[in-house]
Amino acid sequence: MAEFKHRDIIALRDLTKEEIELLISTAENMREINSRAIKKVPTLRGKTIINLFYEASTRTRTSFEIAAKRLSADTVNISPSTSSSTKGETLADTALNLLAMKPDIIVMRHAVSGAHYFLAKKVSCSIINAGDGAHEHPSQGLLDMLTMKDRFGRLDGLKVAIVGDITHSRVARSDIQGLTKMGSHVYLAGPPTMMPPCVERLGNVTVCSTMKEAIQDADVVMMLRIQQERQGKTLMPNAREYSRYFGLNPDNLKLAKPNAMVMHPGPINRGVEMSSYVVDGSQSHILKQVENGVAVRMSMLYHVCGGELE
Amino acid sequence: MTDNATVLLDESGIKRALTRISHEILERNKGVQDLVLIGIRSGGAFLAEEIGRSIEVIEGGAVPVGSVDITLYRDDIKSQVPHLPVGKTDITFSLEGKKVVLVDDVLYTGRTIRAAMDALMDHGRPRSIQLAVLIDRGHRELPIRADFVGRNVPTSTKENVALIFNSNNQPIEVVLEK
Amino acid sequence: MNLLIKGGRVIDPSQGLDDTLDVLVEGGMVKEIGKGLQAPAGTETIDASGTYVTPGLIDMHVHLRDPGLEYKEDIISGTRAAAAGGFTSVCCMPNTKPVIDNKAVAGYIIDKAKSAGFANVFPIGAITYGMNGERLAEMGELKESGCVAVSDDGKPVVNSELMRRALEYANGMGILVISHAEDLALVGEGAMNEGFTSTELGLKGIPRVAEEIATARDVMLAEYSNAPIHIAHVSTKGSVRIIREAKARGVKVTCETAPHYFTLTDDAVRGYNTNAKMNPPLREAADVAAIKEGLRDGTIDCIATDHAPHHLDEKDVEFNVAMNGIIGLETSLPLSLKLVADGIITINQMVEKMTVNPAKILGICRGGLKPGATADITVIDPSKLWTVTEENLASKSKNSPFLGWKVQGASAYTILEGKVVFSGRQ
Repeated sequence: MAEFKHRDIIALRDLTKEEIELLISTAENMREINSRAIKKVPTLRGKTIINLFYEASTRTRTSFEIAAKRLSADTVNISPSTSSSTKGETLADTALNLLAMKPDIIVMRHAVSGAHYFLAKKVSCSIINAGDGAHEHPSQGLLDMLTMKDRFGRLDGLKVAIVGDITHSRVARSDIQGLTKMGSHVYLAGPPTMMPPCVERLGNVTVCSTMKEAIQDADVVMMLRIQQERQGKTLMPNAREYSRYFGLNPDNLKLAKPNAMVMHPGPINRGVEMSSYVVDGSQSHILKQVENGVAVRMSMLYHVCGGELE
Repeated sequence: MTDNATVLLDESGIKRALTRISHEILERNKGVQDLVLIGIRSGGAFLAEEIGRSIEVIEGGAVPVGSVDITLYRDDIKSQVPHLPVGKTDITFSLEGKKVVLVDDVLYTGRTIRAAMDALMDHGRPRSIQLAVLIDRGHRELPIRADFVGRNVPTSTKENVALIFNSNNQPIEVVLEK
Repeated sequence: MNLLIKGGRVIDPSQGLDDTLDVLVEGGMVKEIGKGLQAPAGTETIDASGTYVTPGLIDMHVHLRDPGLEYKEDIISGTRAAAAGGFTSVCCMPNTKPVIDNKAVAGYIIDKAKSAGFANVFPIGAITYGMNGERLAEMGELKESGCVAVSDDGKPVVNSELMRRALEYANGMGILVISHAEDLALVGEGAMNEGFTSTELGLKGIPRVAEEIATARDVMLAEYSNAPIHIAHVSTKGSVRIIREAKARGVKVTCETAPHYFTLTDDAVRGYNTNAKMNPPLREAADVAAIKEGLRDGTIDCIATDHAPHHLDEKDVEFNVAMNGIIGLETSLPLSLKLVADGIITINQMVEKMTVNPAKILGICRGGLKPGATADITVIDPSKLWTVTEENLASKSKNSPFLGWKVQGASAYTILEGKVVFSGRQ
């Protein structure tokens, strides 16, 4: 029986296959709570969880907050606009001040890759990464895997296509780290300007030169968000051309396996990386991803609370 | 089975005890009307299914059977490092107004039953909760008693009572391990 | 005070010397080198058996942070660190506050270093006024006030026309231009080398080509202007190739690398180690191999440290936020001796790259032990085993990726103008 001994969850890179399986199976078993009339269990009663979000995120923060509340933990949300970070306080000082209020877990989103490792060295409570820079977004990776497992009953042997800006995507990194550990084969596509060097060395990963090659016979097609502000002027000409070569529409979706899953970490730019026909189509599992997000985050909160100081 | 273990009940003994408990449940509740069985994972869940089958044979009517995992309701969760794996709670019917028979393999301190009752309450408001156990080994730490008992076994706290299943999840014996 | 350094292996490539000899120092000058020298009365004798006796080491690339940033380092702590590292001369970069772009700042540094008396400090003036990259600094006056080169180190001269004119003008004034070769647009927000490690860590990468384009441009400008140029902190395989080819064509280009570029790869960044963050960034194994080859075949003329002290508050932060740079004065010697031990370069080459060559490139009267020369001498104990710790570093800042490393080799005696300014590390 796998055991989860980590105090923190910062990256799926740091977890074993067995630990990932345990987090996913716990989430599967916790899902039942979310469909009850009384959606609450007393497990983390008396625990205090701080959601420290240096980047805006309605979806992830809300999901973590609901997950904490369903486990009866108390939650506090702190975001940059209401915190003193704008007054020049360092992350370490902010964390130490928060620590003085005795939280059990800090769930943090931060724009700097690796900020959580820095934080973990400074504080004695658990740290959960809700997204750091272009590094990882482990809860998204786990919920993506859970959603795929729901559909296929397994992750081993799946062909998963991930299309978009891989370089700047923490979702892609967590998906790659998790899926390849679980035995899936990941195919990446995107403009070469958005493909990070040596990415195929991360695991069972194939970099495709066209989107068609990546989604051909795929079991899952994962589309990434294109952010005009991030991709700027040098990574692509404009959304129109991007959509033409790297957008998912009902036509190119036919290349994937019949009834292949379509996923997206959200928020979606309709008409850019995905056509609305696909977003709202029968193969879309996007809302299922969101639903599974709560269960996965409950699982993460539950297991780090039983983790040991490393 | 280890050398220093005594068999308390063999397969047929378990069967007889469960059949008797099934009769008692029906007698007390005057049939299967509004009756549901909820087994506590993992041992109790299999016993609940056995009792369910037995009641169906006796009465000719099926009783809804569910299972509850109490990990998230344990009062010792804080001392469990690392945290225990969470099992699946499977109650696909409403408990509202139902006469619930909670089924467990061994009744000991009563803490598991306390946790299970809390879990059930979160699923709705049953009309009543009764408790059926295969073995009552004593040493209660909470004011809880069983309504239906397969066998009372005096034990010391150093001993362990275990229900053994075969590979088809059929209970085959109850042993006392020293 | 007179000194007799007895029985060491005297290595002075400037006069082709490599033999077990005695060195007699009188009045701050080398008086005589020979076998079995007798100490006149009142002479202190140093038993140098088992050591290398070399011209005092010269580090042509350090940041002393004084004036203006003394919370990181100052001239006293920096020259103390130099002496502890075996350096008798250091050349400090102009990115102080204010910038070394005038006689007053240069004079202040030279005077303060003289009165501290731990090492010679030769300032490097700015190429452009205020290091703003807009108009030429007064290079003539800078040279007259003691600057030995000009550089906008820390940033490149972006404007190619300005760089061309800087090379031409400096050449006319007889002062060397040192190029910090970096294409800022390609660097962008990059925080480490672009490669597998940056991909895995999700850190924005700095491509090698950012350094190589700028190196190529500056080499071409020097070639076109027929002016000398020195390329600072070479870190990539491509830069080594560009410089090697330029040298073969007769371009007056010289260059340096730093010990971290031949010792570490970008793997050192794993764990988001801010003490492995510097500019140019640590590269990959193929680059490290090319740097070693460049040192071996003479493409790379000098080993300089790019000693860049930063306060704990500037390093004990998130990776992207952390300042670039590491200290290096006290670890350069053991790391360079490691190259010798590994058979990459000879001890003579090492001494050349740490004394003779920088002196020659900068035109400073050091880097040799001929009788009559200033007695700046380093007595190197190549067998000394020690551990790099915060406590045993003299520098005010402790931002070293080598903390905790067990290293071999240290200065046994650092002698400045005949005076022992450092003797033996614990």
